[in-house]
Amino acid sequence: MQFDQILQYSLSGLSTGAIYALIGIGFSIIYNATGIINFAQGEFVMLGGLVTLSCLELLQLPLWAAIPCAVAVCTVIGVLFERLAIRPLRQPTPINLVIITIGGSILIRGLAMLVWGKDTHAIPPFSGDTPIAIGGATILPQHLWILAITLIIIIFNKLYFYHTISGKAMRACSYNRRAAGLVGIDVRRMVLFSFIISSAMGAVAGIIVAPLTMTAYDVGVMLGLKGFCAAIIGGMSSGISTVIGGLLLGILESLGAGLISSGYKDAIAFIILLLILFLRPQGLFGKADSERV
Amino acid sequence: MKKLSLLFSSICLVLVTASLSLAAGTIKIGGLFAVTGPASFLGEPEKKTLELLVKEANAKGGINGVKLEAVIYDTGGDATKAVQLATKLIKDDKVSVIIGPSTTGESMAVIPVVEKEKVPLISCAAGIKITDPAKHWVFKTPANDHVAAEKILNYMAAKKQKSFALLTVTDGFGASGREQIKALAKQKGFTVVADEVYGPKDTDMTAQLTKIRGIKPDAIICWGTNPGPAVITKNVKQLGIKTPLYMSHGVASKKYIELAGADSAEGVMLPAGKLAVYDALPKNDVQKSLLKSYDQSYKKAYGVEASTFGGYAYDAFLLATNAIKKSGSTPDLIRAGIERTSKLVSISGVFNMSAKDHNGLDLSAFEMVKVVKGDWALIK
Repeated sequence: MQFDQILQYSLSGLSTGAIYALIGIGFSIIYNATGIINFAQGEFVMLGGLVTLSCLELLQLPLWAAIPCAVAVCTVIGVLFERLAIRPLRQPTPINLVIITIGGSILIRGLAMLVWGKDTHAIPPFSGDTPIAIGGATILPQHLWILAITLIIIIFNKLYFYHTISGKAMRACSYNRRAAGLVGIDVRRMVLFSFIISSAMGAVAGIIVAPLTMTAYDVGVMLGLKGFCAAIIGGMSSGISTVIGGLLLGILESLGAGLISSGYKDAIAFIILLLILFLRPQGLFGKADSERV
Repeated sequence: MKKLSLLFSSICLVLVTASLSLAAGTIKIGGLFAVTGPASFLGEPEKKTLELLVKEANAKGGINGVKLEAVIYDTGGDATKAVQLATKLIKDDKVSVIIGPSTTGESMAVIPVVEKEKVPLISCAAGIKITDPAKHWVFKTPANDHVAAEKILNYMAAKKQKSFALLTVTDGFGASGREQIKALAKQKGFTVVADEVYGPKDTDMTAQLTKIRGIKPDAIICWGTNPGPAVITKNVKQLGIKTPLYMSHGVASKKYIELAGADSAEGVMLPAGKLAVYDALPKNDVQKSLLKSYDQSYKKAYGVEASTFGGYAYDAFLLATNAIKKSGSTPDLIRAGIERTSKLVSISGVFNMSAKDHNGLDLSAFEMVKVVKGDWALIK
């Protein structure tokens, strides 16, 4: 097995993994603030790509303007989702909430199908598609964008959660909602914040991958599941362990497809998910009862 | 009580006579299409095409002066539902002929129903099992996948490409293509040096392609429907692979070039139904004017390009109405009429049916085309 092949597998895996990581962090932020798994997270990834497409084609905006525009639209949809579907619930037991998010995801997907049709759409790459050679392997400029934007988002996340009042308040909610409420933190507002952050992040993930993977009304399902895997491997932390979880998943998939058999690519992801859930439900890096933010 | 039953029976009588008079006035054509669900890219254009054609035919006064009526149901791509709806079409709607279903799985499930009830079925699915061996009441319009595969292999043989890597999607289309290409390759003396697959929703195939690049085959054949092949085309460009890349007829639409980008798709070759390339066909091609008028009227009605898939329903409609014109409108006469079809110029090709061949298309249904500057060009 040549070195350049292994290098190519790893590079491909890294860039796919970065996407999984971004989506995975979206899952864990909401999980930490509310205790629910938001299965509609994948749909925001889909919305990010498709809204960008509409901004580009219908509004004729340049790419640099279309992206913030799309993120804003998706964030508003995320807020509406929280306000209309999550908050009004009388008895917010986790199982009810999870089922609501699944329902919400089906609704969003259905609406997207009506708005954008069933076709796949392409978005132009941010800076050309001339391959860049690294050793014997090649990547596209878009891969660098993905890695860079993922890195920036993770740094911002860290700063927000550890160095701002609202970030600290959100962490407090994740440790103990009741106690957080007692010291004067508006828990409901924190839940809303968590939806804002994660829908915006999902949208960004959807936008930066769309030039590579293309986008359609149903891309959210598989990306959402893979992101969920990443979050599980990372033990639902919204920090570096989910990122490592995502990268690990991406690289294993790519190596598995290259070295073992491409037929088992998805199986690898889900076998890892099951193994982690059986053997280390607290995540690969977590102690049994560690902090989750 | 007596009054009630009298009322009830008179209502029944009215209903029966009403339906009888309706039945006498029109010829009913049943449609079973996967309008929603995973195969909606097939079912939707098929349904739209059938509706368009029935409308056009009625505007011209129907067939032999009798109006047509289309009864179309959505199967959602589900075989169980297709069987129920087929029974409904036959028992309740009393259709004379059924067009569809859209997928091979559904068609196979419906076959026993139409064989038992003796109603002709013209399937719009490509699976070879549907008409091989030929079943008395069952026809299909798409050319067999192996015809497209054979077209590619013949071309490769002419170019002296002896070994190839196979990259197929893990759905029904890819699996059947994979099987048939491998069988044909064996027959024709090709070596399959790599046999890789990818999932229909996969977003990056560089791993498979890196492996293929290491093996250095003479050619790569990819068998799938969008968006996978578009991703693969981009990945091939990214990895700097110079090996000739062949695609299946499943991506023979402008959409594929648009998704992959004209740059990346440059030089990709594939067997295409003539609808995709009718502009490039020579003037004396028998199908050219029909293809053009279909594309234009479809565009006018629905605002999008006509697709090969909608063409399957067009073929089926033409086969059925041609048989009605020539033989008559009972299920039995329609069936016999379709089987006698000869030299019927349609969208997918020129149909020549016989008792043994219930598909009626040959290698001439496809043209080898190449992507040149973002458009299709015929390969001579």
